[in-house]
Amino acid sequence: MDTQTATQPAKSGAAGAAEFPGSDSRKFNYFEPKGRKATHYEDMTLDVQPDPDRYLLQDWIINFPDGTPTYSKDWTRVKAADWHKFRAVDQEWEKTHYQRQSTICGTIQNVIDNGRRSGAVGRFDKSWVKVLADHVGAYKHAEFGLGTSLMQAQRYGFTQMINNAILTNSSYKLRFTQDLTLYLGEIGLDIEGGIDKDAGKRNWLENPIWQGTRRAVEEIMGATDYLEQYVAINIVFEPLIGELFRSGFILQMAAAHNDFITPSVVSAAEGDYERNLANCVELIHVLLNDKDYALHNRIVISEWIEKHGKLCLAAAVQLQPIWSQPRVKVASFTEALEQARNRLRMICAETGLAAPSIVA
Amino acid sequence: MAAGLTLNKITSQKGISIAEATSRVADLGWTPTYVQEAQTFPTDYKISKVPRDPMKQVLRSYFPMQEEKDNRVYGALDAALRGDMFRNVEPRWVEWMKLFLAIIPFPEISAARAMAMVARLAPGEELRTGFTMQMVDEFRHSTIQMNLKKWYMENYIDPAGFDITEKAFGKCYASTIGRQFGEGFICGDAITSANVYLTVVAETAFTNTLFVAMPSEAARNGDYALPTVFLSVQSDESRHIGNGHSMLMAMINDPSNHQLLERDLKYAFWQNHAIVDAAIGTFIEYGTTNRDKNKESYVELWHRWIYEDYYRTYMLPLEKYGIKIHHDDVSAAWDRLVKKNYVHKIAQFFAVGWPVNFWRIEAQTDKDFEWFEHKYPGWYAEFGDFWKWYARKSVPGETNILFDQENGYVYPHRCWSCMCPCVIREDFCVGEVDGKLYTYCSEQCKWTHTVAFQAEYEGRPTPAMGRFKGQRIWEDCYHGWDLADAIKDLGFVRPDGKTITAQPHLRFGPKDMWTLDHVRGNTLQSPLVLLREMSLADREKHVAQYRAGFKINPCNGSCSCRH
Repeated sequence: MDTQTATQPAKSGAAGAAEFPGSDSRKFNYFEPKGRKATHYEDMTLDVQPDPDRYLLQDWIINFPDGTPTYSKDWTRVKAADWHKFRAVDQEWEKTHYQRQSTICGTIQNVIDNGRRSGAVGRFDKSWVKVLADHVGAYKHAEFGLGTSLMQAQRYGFTQMINNAILTNSSYKLRFTQDLTLYLGEIGLDIEGGIDKDAGKRNWLENPIWQGTRRAVEEIMGATDYLEQYVAINIVFEPLIGELFRSGFILQMAAAHNDFITPSVVSAAEGDYERNLANCVELIHVLLNDKDYALHNRIVISEWIEKHGKLCLAAAVQLQPIWSQPRVKVASFTEALEQARNRLRMICAETGLAAPSIVA
Repeated sequence: MAAGLTLNKITSQKGISIAEATSRVADLGWTPTYVQEAQTFPTDYKISKVPRDPMKQVLRSYFPMQEEKDNRVYGALDAALRGDMFRNVEPRWVEWMKLFLAIIPFPEISAARAMAMVARLAPGEELRTGFTMQMVDEFRHSTIQMNLKKWYMENYIDPAGFDITEKAFGKCYASTIGRQFGEGFICGDAITSANVYLTVVAETAFTNTLFVAMPSEAARNGDYALPTVFLSVQSDESRHIGNGHSMLMAMINDPSNHQLLERDLKYAFWQNHAIVDAAIGTFIEYGTTNRDKNKESYVELWHRWIYEDYYRTYMLPLEKYGIKIHHDDVSAAWDRLVKKNYVHKIAQFFAVGWPVNFWRIEAQTDKDFEWFEHKYPGWYAEFGDFWKWYARKSVPGETNILFDQENGYVYPHRCWSCMCPCVIREDFCVGEVDGKLYTYCSEQCKWTHTVAFQAEYEGRPTPAMGRFKGQRIWEDCYHGWDLADAIKDLGFVRPDGKTITAQPHLRFGPKDMWTLDHVRGNTLQSPLVLLREMSLADREKHVAQYRAGFKINPCNGSCSCRH
């Protein structure tokens, strides 16, 4: 052994090369983890969007012309004693988000490619092809409207945790609307005479069946309260219209019309929703248990659910004729709607809210 | 297998073209008829032309592409640890990363939020996918940078400063200059902030010095992690530059926008120069131990990336649309870097204020002096003695350099506009807004506050324009405080409750560390508070004296520090 090397302290910038005050302080120490130890998500997320009530010594340094600062608690009617309490249940940060999104993209692409290669699309029932063109084609616009609403909403939250949960929700929605769009384009190549690519938008804009849904989506798009948008989408629209159409119609009807591809594409959105719902339920739970504003929040959120619930239920009822259009009728609208109403009741129960009058 | 036959050829089947895919995706939007979308982030610009999407990418290909990029980044971080990177890394470099990485995740996530502001303004939906990708990209950048910071904290010799990172960002007297950079993207007129300030100037011009030039210097200091992360980040920037340019092109044909565009290009360019060059110039020139005379200095890099690449090939072509480009400001910025030693004076400022920082700043040595003199002739005469004083005053028990009377340094005023110190003394100026006195680093920054960020611009109402607010002068927050109490209040104290987080050296022995007791008994003062308290005559005298500058006293005798 080289004596010289052994006796000389190595010049090193590595952890443990020297001991001094703070040399073992290897955790972010400026926030309270929710559990015993901070999760990786918490380390990546907390306090990146600063707050004058915590560490923003000099306050927000730019205002909008009306005096509103860069971030304002007044951008929602809901109030919180501590906006920093919420943690996204899905714990997403960039790495996990891309991994999940990329896996979905790969899965969908494989299913579509293999299905097309085996000639499956050519065996789709003709009545079903029209349903896909008209109604999946129309529904993709609803997803787009919700995705863009969430894109807008992610600007307003008072913490990084809230805004990032809304951001990933938007990202999932906008991926899904594109999934449907590209899928319809691709299967159109295998169908004699193609698929009328304008049918979806035409139905979305003009067909009375879809006008209730369009109105419900536009109400969300036009809402100026970002949490109203987030709650209306995840607590109300998704169970009453989103899942009703995706699970209550597409997933049940497709197989009977020789279509195993569409359910795979659509089911990805069901998986996305489970996670987005969990985040939203957790946020509501935090707000309903706020030490200062629990009652106030209960009233506000209940109002939102009541308002959007009425619109969405009326829209859902308008969708009923779609269930009659496929040749083989293996699913009943009445049962699907009842399931959707039950789902809304269950979600409300989970958040601690009373079910709205429409399903009570 | 037959020659020329590949798996791809066997398995491929006809799909829809990229053009068809993007055209279908662009058709997802519609004009609402039941309820109108609220224009929550207004602008004074008119956007009547539909912006085109230059990238033509859909999310189905975007997500797998990004995952692949991530895999490379995280694989490289693992490899760096296996290769014992930290054994050979230069602590001088990693220490500055405590500041850089404290600042940058907030501007990044602000850019994600900014997408909400521009996406609704753009007519049509063609660029919506571009904005969506940028939104998710910026979420990527913010959290991947937090991850890098955590990784440094876990593996580098001195984690103090990384451990308080986001708290430190909101409090430190140096990180405050990054505040305007982040909030400027998301507050005020939506086009001014989220398009011109963010994408047209910050991303198109200055990310090249941030995310390309700086990683090269990191690699020269044994840090392979920063280049891995930041070159991956930069690979997303071309998409953002495309978004910004496309939006710009959607506005530029309307002559009624030109006046505002000229205002915003001027404001955004000057502020980006003031802020980014202050920070990145310091990291590259003063955070390195590599003194290879063949490498480019920061001003040479600036000439390549900002002058040649941005000014000549991006800004100048805007003139054909009738936009007046602020050539004089580009020259003035260049002069500030080359003739007025902006970066060197900022580095001096950071060093003087080390006790209210949260990282270690080492003195420059003879080897550094030689390189600086080679790259910046005359440097030694102006700054050599300062760094010798700094080295001498780095030993606990010496007078803290911030309050040291021997060296001759005069603590600078702050600029109300860019929030950087007014280090180029001859350019210092004052102005009044609503009867209140403010200080500025330059006439350009004075113009930004007094002319650009107002409700009217050259006689034209600008009701959407933002306003500068808050306690923009850091020193005001601790005016009259004892330095030790201020450091404690900032939370820049190590876990033992007495050793200061920042240190003016890279000596890691406990006996070399400064504690609160070493700095107690010195009172912080805000130059602006003092200036406002002066009579008009005294104020004028003070401004004249300030503009005349100061000279560092010769630092003779032996130095008590180790170089």
